[in-house]
This record gives sequence, structure tokens and C-alpha cells, in this order.
Amino acid sequence: MRFISYLINGISLGSVYAIIALGYTMVYGIAKMLNFAHGDIIMVGSYVIFCLMSGAGVSPLVSVLISIVACTALGITVEAIAYRPLRGAASSLAVLITAIGVSYFLQNMALLIFGANTKQFSSVIKMDPIILADGKITITGETIVTIVCCLIIMIVLLTFINKTKAGQAMLAVSEDQGAARLMGINVNGTISLTFAIGSGLAAIAGMLLCSSYPSLTPYTGSMPGIKAFVAAVFGGIGSIPGAFIGGIILGIIEILSKAYISSQLSDAIVFMVLIIVLLVKPTGLLGKMIQEKV
Amino acid sequence: MKKIRINKSLKDNLITFGLVTVAFIAVEILKMTGHISSLMKGLLVPVCIYIICAIALNLCVGILGELSLGHAGFMCIGAFSGAFFSKCVQDIITFAPLRFTLAIIIGAVFASIFGFLIGIPVLRLKGDYLAIVTLAFGEIIKNVINVLYVGLDDNGFHFSLKDVVSLKLLPEGKVIINGAQGITGTPNDSSFEVGFVLIIITLIIVLNLIHSRDGRAIMSIRDNTIAAESIGINITKYKLMAFTISAGLAGVAGVLYAHNLSSLMAQPKNFGYNMSITILLFVVLGGIGNIRGSVISAVLLTLLPELLRGLSDYRMLIYAIVLIVLMLFNWSPKILDLRKKYSIKNLISKSKMKEAE
Repeated sequence: MRFISYLINGISLGSVYAIIALGYTMVYGIAKMLNFAHGDIIMVGSYVIFCLMSGAGVSPLVSVLISIVACTALGITVEAIAYRPLRGAASSLAVLITAIGVSYFLQNMALLIFGANTKQFSSVIKMDPIILADGKITITGETIVTIVCCLIIMIVLLTFINKTKAGQAMLAVSEDQGAARLMGINVNGTISLTFAIGSGLAAIAGMLLCSSYPSLTPYTGSMPGIKAFVAAVFGGIGSIPGAFIGGIILGIIEILSKAYISSQLSDAIVFMVLIIVLLVKPTGLLGKMIQEKV
Repeated sequence: MKKIRINKSLKDNLITFGLVTVAFIAVEILKMTGHISSLMKGLLVPVCIYIICAIALNLCVGILGELSLGHAGFMCIGAFSGAFFSKCVQDIITFAPLRFTLAIIIGAVFASIFGFLIGIPVLRLKGDYLAIVTLAFGEIIKNVINVLYVGLDDNGFHFSLKDVVSLKLLPEGKVIINGAQGITGTPNDSSFEVGFVLIIITLIIVLNLIHSRDGRAIMSIRDNTIAAESIGINITKYKLMAFTISAGLAGVAGVLYAHNLSSLMAQPKNFGYNMSITILLFVVLGGIGNIRGSVISAVLLTLLPELLRGLSDYRMLIYAIVLIVLMLFNWSPKILDLRKKYSIKNLISKSKMKEAE
């Protein structure tokens, strides 16, 4: 019974990772860059909800919507100011460092506005826990909403990419930017759209993360960001189902190793699993193998 | 009289060494005349640490061409093995320079061994995958050291991954590595002068490597792996060579770090991935593959937040903005075009053309 409740917690944490990892993987697939600032967008989203709810007394649903809009706008702005000018730059490291710069910027901005002390985030989700097997398993409302959210996002995203024109444009751009441009696809617009979706997802992830783990600091986003990045790589970066599976597996491993092995070593175990997977399958679980040509 | 011929690389190296030495002498003079604030004095050793790290990482990123985000991990290993050694022999070897030299050798050897072991599987991966795996290894090293307990008594060493009690030490035994509390009471052997000597040694090692046959082989792998392989260069050997040396040098920086503080802990802020990223910043802003650039940017970027201290809360924000603007200025294709168009050289030649007309 204990095991099952750990498993459910793991899936819940994994769902959050999966949502963040989706943002990572989409941006990577399309812009071929590691967006290090992604984790900090989560933090910004959470602060927006925090301010609206405890500061202005706005209802949870409205504040979540505003936070999504705010993060989307932030994502588009960051892309336009910091990343777009570097497209076509000689070194791919240049974009990586710029992303790190943006990450520092967002963290220090939050530090300046909100201060370094931890803010108590009150849960957005008001739902009674479900009690199963005579109280041996308790599933909190946060857990249910997180898992359901993740599934809905996953389905909507897959439909969007496979069925709509904008989604097909994304696939085309991630395949070959030059060819996509020749076919009349607005490459810059498509990349902006990708950043917008990724950042919107980050806002949702921030809401879910802070509802389950209610302490908010300017650095809240960075570790989940890295973990989600690991999840994206684990599942095969660039692949949407891969990010989902990677996130869930990572969450389960983390919770189970916290419960059964050592809470201090859980991060080490997560990273160890990643390394083993990458050594067996160098492009991740669902990653595409690209043949190297001479 | 025969004219002494100085080839380009030798000249280049001499400039680098000269620059470091002049800077060192300048700081020493300032120190003697008392023109350096105590804050700056406290920064001198960290600057040396960062310079060594930046050179080490540049060997990996710039010369070998593999992005590593795990150098803080190698620093961590160097720091802990060096401090561990110093702590153990503190009563036996009382002559500080000898003890510190040995500590540095031990730190470098341990970091190199780990670099070698980690390098074997990791260097099979490419690009961003390699980056994330090195990051993962760095985090693993930090996490494991945080739960590592080592004690010493008459029966020898005791190891545990749980707590102090499970070490089963004899009453007079002492705990050397105390889990998350790390190592306390490391002898304070680091100084700016030692740091300077280490920088020079690091520069000699790296610059000699780059301009040797092995170095050219390593750079050929960076430029085109397949072409290098086809002319009979042993890819694995040279990759491992560069990675191991790079890890070892990061270990040296770690030893310097450990002996600069009285208590050594493996925290996210000193040995986490953020540290690796900070070092990467020095390398990229100094110019990838340019050793002298790494040295200069390590100095400037370490001092920048301190120079901005007058702006108190805003300094890290400004640091971030400076970083973004610098990257855009240096790499954005459009800005590069503009720079070319309005560069002084271009303007001069244009005005000359007008005159000719």
C-alpha cells in the first residue's frame, strides 16, 4: 500500500516535470538551443499567481489565467530581444550563454522585487482528497489535478502539432529551417509561437509545482528546470512523447529513491539513471538517431 | 650577429606570460603600498582559482571542442582530496609549502583519475548530450560527498554513507569528512603568491600542450572528427587526454579553494552546476579557444560584481544585462555586419576613396 502511494506521488511529480520538459523539448526541437531560462519562467509565473492571490485577492482561476498570459508574453519578449538576434550566429554556445544571462536576469529581478525570503504559496487547487483502501492511500487534490492537467496538455499538444497548420509548420521548421522558409513558412513567427506555448506551459507547471511544494523563492525554478531538462534528454530531446515519458519516469525514480534509499542521494540516483540510459541509447529513449555524413 | 627568430606562437605565449606576471607585480606593489582594500584582498585568491578553472575548461571547450558543464565536480574532488590529505598529515608534515605541494599533487591526481573514468563513457556522446551528462556527473559528485563520512583512528580509515555513529570510531578517533558539514579546520595554506605560481604552471602545461603534436591532434578532432580519424588519429586517446588534463587542472583549482577557507562544504553555490556555468561564462566571453582571453575575462568578470558593489542590489542585475549585451554585440550576425560597416578601418578606407575621387 505504501508503495502505491509513493508511486502516485511519483507520477504527480513526474507530471510536473513532464509539463516543464515539454517546453524544453519543443524549444530545443525547433530552435536547437537549450533554453536555460525556462526554469525561471516557472518562477515568474508562480510569483504572478502569488501576488494576484494573496496581494490582490483575485480568484485562483483568474490568477492562473493571468499568469499564463504573462508568462507567454515574457517568453515571446525574451525570444525577440535575446535569442532572435543570435539566430544564425557562428557559435551555438553564444545562445546558451545568452540564455544563462536571461536566467540570471530573471532571478535577480525577482530577488530585487520580492526579496530573498521564502514566500508561502497557498495552494491554487481547492479539492478534497480521495481516500482509498480504508484510509491507507490518500490522494490529494493537487495530485489528481496535476496528473489530469498533464494528460490534457499532452493530448492537446499532440493534436495541435499533428492536425493544425501552425503545428505542421513547427514540425517543418524543426526538420529544416531553410527548406521551411522556401515553402513560405514564417520561421520567426513559428519559433515565437513555440516559445509562447513553452512559456505558457511553464506557468501551468509553476502553479502545479508550488501547489504541491508551497515555498517560493527566486531560485524555485532552477532545480526543477534542470530536472525537467534531464527528463527531456532522457526521453529523447525534441520528441514530445519522449518528454512525457521521461518526466514521469524521472518523477517516479526520484520519489521512490527518496522513500527507499536515501533522501539526500535521490538527485544522484536520478542523474545516474540518466547517464546509464544515455550510454545505452545515446539519443534518449525516443530520440531519433541522426546518421553522420562525411 | 644572428637575428633571433621568434615564431608566432612563442610570441603569443610570451605575451600571455608577460601579462600575468605584470598584473601580479602590479598587485604586489599595490598590496605593499596599501592601496588595496581588504575586500579586494579577499578576492585575490578566488581570482586565481577562477583563472585556473577557466584555463582548464577552455582546454576542454575550446581546444577539444566538447562542452562540459561538470567542471565544478572535478574542482570538488580536487578540493576534498586535497583538504583530506592536508587534514590527515597536518601533525606529521608541519612544513606548510611541502604539505601544500603534496596536497595539490594529490588533488590533481584524484581529479584526473575521475576525469579519466568519467571521460571513458561520457566522451562517446556528442554536443548537448555530453553537456547534460557532465552536468549530471558534477551533481552526483556533489551529492555523494554530501553524504560521505570518513573518520580516522588507530585502526585506520572508516567510511560510511549514513552518519557519524555508523563509522564506529574508537573514542580518540577523529572525523575528517563529516557529511554535509564537510571538512573543517583545513590549514590555510593558499595565498595569492601560490595562486600566481599555479597559474603560471597551468599556463605552461596548457600552452605547451596546445602547440605540441598532441595538441594539434586534439584540435584536429575538434575541427573535423571524421577527417581526423581517417588520417589515423586515435580519437578516444586524444579526447581522453585533453579531458583528463582539464579535469586535473580543475582539481588544482579546487585544492587552492579548499585551502583558502577554514571550512569546506559541497554546496550548490560553490560546487553545483552554477559554478560550472560561471566558469563557462569566463571561457565564452574571453573567447573560446583563446587562453589569454580566458585569463582576462576571469579577472574582469570576478571583479565586475565587486566593482558594482556601490549599486548594491542592482549589481547582479547589471551583471546579467552586461552578459546579454556582450553576447549580442559579439555574436549577433546583424550587429557583426553593422560593426564591419562602421568599423574604423572601413571608415578610413572610405574617406581615402573619397579623397581619391
